[in-house]
Amino acid sequence: MSPTERSAAAKSNDTSEQHSTMPDAGGLSEDSAPLWIHDLTVAYHRKPVLWDINLAVPEGKLIAVVGPNGAGKTTLIKAALDLVPRASGKVMIYGKSYENQRHLVGYVPQRESVDWDFPVNALDVVAMGLYRKIGWIVPVSRRYKDKAMESLEKVGMAPYAERQISQLSGGQQQRVFLARALAQDARVYMMDEPFAGVDVATERAIVALLKELKDAGKTCLVVHHDLQTVPNYFDYVVLLNMRVVAHGATEEVFNEDNLKKTYGGKLTLLSDAVYAFSKDPRLPSGTKGSHQ
Amino acid sequence: MKSMKRLMKSLIAQRHIALPACLMSTLIPATAKAAGLAEHVFELPSGVELIRVLTLQDYNTRVVIIGTTLLGLAAGLVGTFLLLRKRALLSDTLSHATLPGIALTFILITYLGGEGKNLIALIIGAAVFSVLGTVSVIVIQRYSRLKDDAALGIVLSVYFGFGIALLGIASRMETGTAAGLSSFIYGKTASMLFFDAVLIGATALGSAIVCVLLFKEFTLICFDYHYAATQGWPVMRLDFLMMTLVVIVTVIGLQAVGLILVVALLIIPPSAARFWTRRLKNMVILSGLFGGLSGLLGSTLSALMANLPAGAVIVIMASMVFIFSLAFGSAGGLFQQMIERRRLTNKVARENLLRKMYELYELRDSAQTASQIEEGFRFEDLLAARAWSSARLRRTLKSALSAGMIQGDGNQRFTLTDKGLHEAYQIVRKHRLWEAYLITHADIAPSQVDWGADAVEHVLDREMIQKLEKMLPDLKDVKIPPSPHELQAAQSVT
Repeated sequence: MSPTERSAAAKSNDTSEQHSTMPDAGGLSEDSAPLWIHDLTVAYHRKPVLWDINLAVPEGKLIAVVGPNGAGKTTLIKAALDLVPRASGKVMIYGKSYENQRHLVGYVPQRESVDWDFPVNALDVVAMGLYRKIGWIVPVSRRYKDKAMESLEKVGMAPYAERQISQLSGGQQQRVFLARALAQDARVYMMDEPFAGVDVATERAIVALLKELKDAGKTCLVVHHDLQTVPNYFDYVVLLNMRVVAHGATEEVFNEDNLKKTYGGKLTLLSDAVYAFSKDPRLPSGTKGSHQ
Repeated sequence: MKSMKRLMKSLIAQRHIALPACLMSTLIPATAKAAGLAEHVFELPSGVELIRVLTLQDYNTRVVIIGTTLLGLAAGLVGTFLLLRKRALLSDTLSHATLPGIALTFILITYLGGEGKNLIALIIGAAVFSVLGTVSVIVIQRYSRLKDDAALGIVLSVYFGFGIALLGIASRMETGTAAGLSSFIYGKTASMLFFDAVLIGATALGSAIVCVLLFKEFTLICFDYHYAATQGWPVMRLDFLMMTLVVIVTVIGLQAVGLILVVALLIIPPSAARFWTRRLKNMVILSGLFGGLSGLLGSTLSALMANLPAGAVIVIMASMVFIFSLAFGSAGGLFQQMIERRRLTNKVARENLLRKMYELYELRDSAQTASQIEEGFRFEDLLAARAWSSARLRRTLKSALSAGMIQGDGNQRFTLTDKGLHEAYQIVRKHRLWEAYLITHADIAPSQVDWGADAVEHVLDREMIQKLEKMLPDLKDVKIPPSPHELQAAQSVT
């Protein structure tokens, strides 16, 4: 039985009303959506996470991805960026696989994902977003350093360009990460918990930046943990708990009913089932998509 | 005891010991003599020998010293990225895993009737097995529930055990002599040939070139591997190349330093470099220099003293460099940390003194204090004003005096100078702003805030104070606890 078949069986138990086979978001098609996910299941070695995700994200919106701990928010982004193996499913960025659209996507990983005691300064980190443009072997030239500096200015970190990254505060480190993605000059930004553990100044800077990106027609998918600020900061919401509970414009889907479905205990049976499924020895444990 | 003295006397009489060393090392040859080893233990070099070695007159010494210096250089360069990729322990496993490769290659070649100790063949065998060892670690990590440290420990000991067993077999083979093989475990520079030195030199040059060319790419995958992957860099291949450099340096270094100690050359120089710089470029250069220096000093010392194994001395030299860096490094060395802590302690103490004096000034309405202000505070009054030791207070007074914050009349009476008054005002203000903030915004009971403010006032910077000022426009409404007074009072003084 393939994961898709299994998921179909599981769906009939609990969540039949939530899923259509094809994603729908204001008539977005596979070709035009900044991010289009079909039947994505990720349940790799010891970490059951995503279950039959269908999602199409509209262009030019600020999109929050919310859900409880372990709901698979980070995994959703990582699966979209080919960082984790998929058990099944398809991800498209503007109609093509991520491999062909890397230049269109700016990725802001979780701040804790790297060692900040690394011997580089803020400007060096931001310049990393330009390495692909610079190409192999060639060192970072003046021109690209200026470009990196521009990105630092956008997040208000220009005065700290020469500072070693371990000597920055948590919020400042987060802004450096944002600047690195900005330097790429992408069309879609995927940010993993940029607001986690940051100071007020940084939170304001990020919000202003998101507005700016939106005005420039960019799409931002942001993993977010603070439900209170969702209606203020974002105009589109994806409620996630292993599967997509609901997605749509904030005013339409961000309501108590859906939040209860996302955060309530109703889904324990599903998570148990997914967990059992993740122990299936036939699942890939490192190699990509062998069950497709 | 008496007999011992007699023995030593006779030893000195026999001039068994080289002259410059006679004072330092009398005891060692004495015990050694008893074991019949006097000729071989810890002889310091004669002057002539010293000059011969240091000027590289001797061909063999020249080869060894140049070879080990280049080895240290290469290991230092490559080791920097190894360390930053957090693979220090993996390199230890990898070097131990080479032993079965060496033994097996020897057995195979001897069995086929060749010369078993062909260096190139042995190195290739070692490299193959170190890669096998690495693969074993990765397989265990991925397909079992064991943690990384267990995987590393298992692979290291199992491969090494097999290596030792195979060495035993090799030494009992009828054709070929396996005698030199154990030198791969502990290292033996003396056997280094010109060809070996050239090989090491080529490796050093090669790894230096790769590290310079791929500096940017290596930095990226060391700092943020997943981000590099999303950018489309061939992270696996880059990682593989980096580990290949480590394998090459390891197997090249085996003969000189031995497989147990070669890992030290990879890890210690970059660790030491870390204490001098916060820039990766400088760290790579320094690490290479430190590695080269360790090789140079170690092999020179070992050439000077007949019975010191070079591998061990090289590692000891590297650790000397490390300990020196740890202690005196300019980027986070212990000494520097100590100075900074001392400076902060002094600053805190001085600010506490100034604040206390300022608060006493505020009590000037009472007759007793008024006269004190007139004549200056006595040492005893200040001592009673706060819980500090008299030694600490004396030190603090001295530092405040030399900073021109207070003046003494030579009679153990102290008053604030204008500069001191201004400084004190700033500190008191910070203290009260913070107290007010804790009361109004953090919901802390007024009786509790003083202690918190005491700790924080010293670290508030200008930016934070401006924020506090904005948040607390109307301090009059805040009821601050009695001992420190309202801010209005404070403002009226200046």
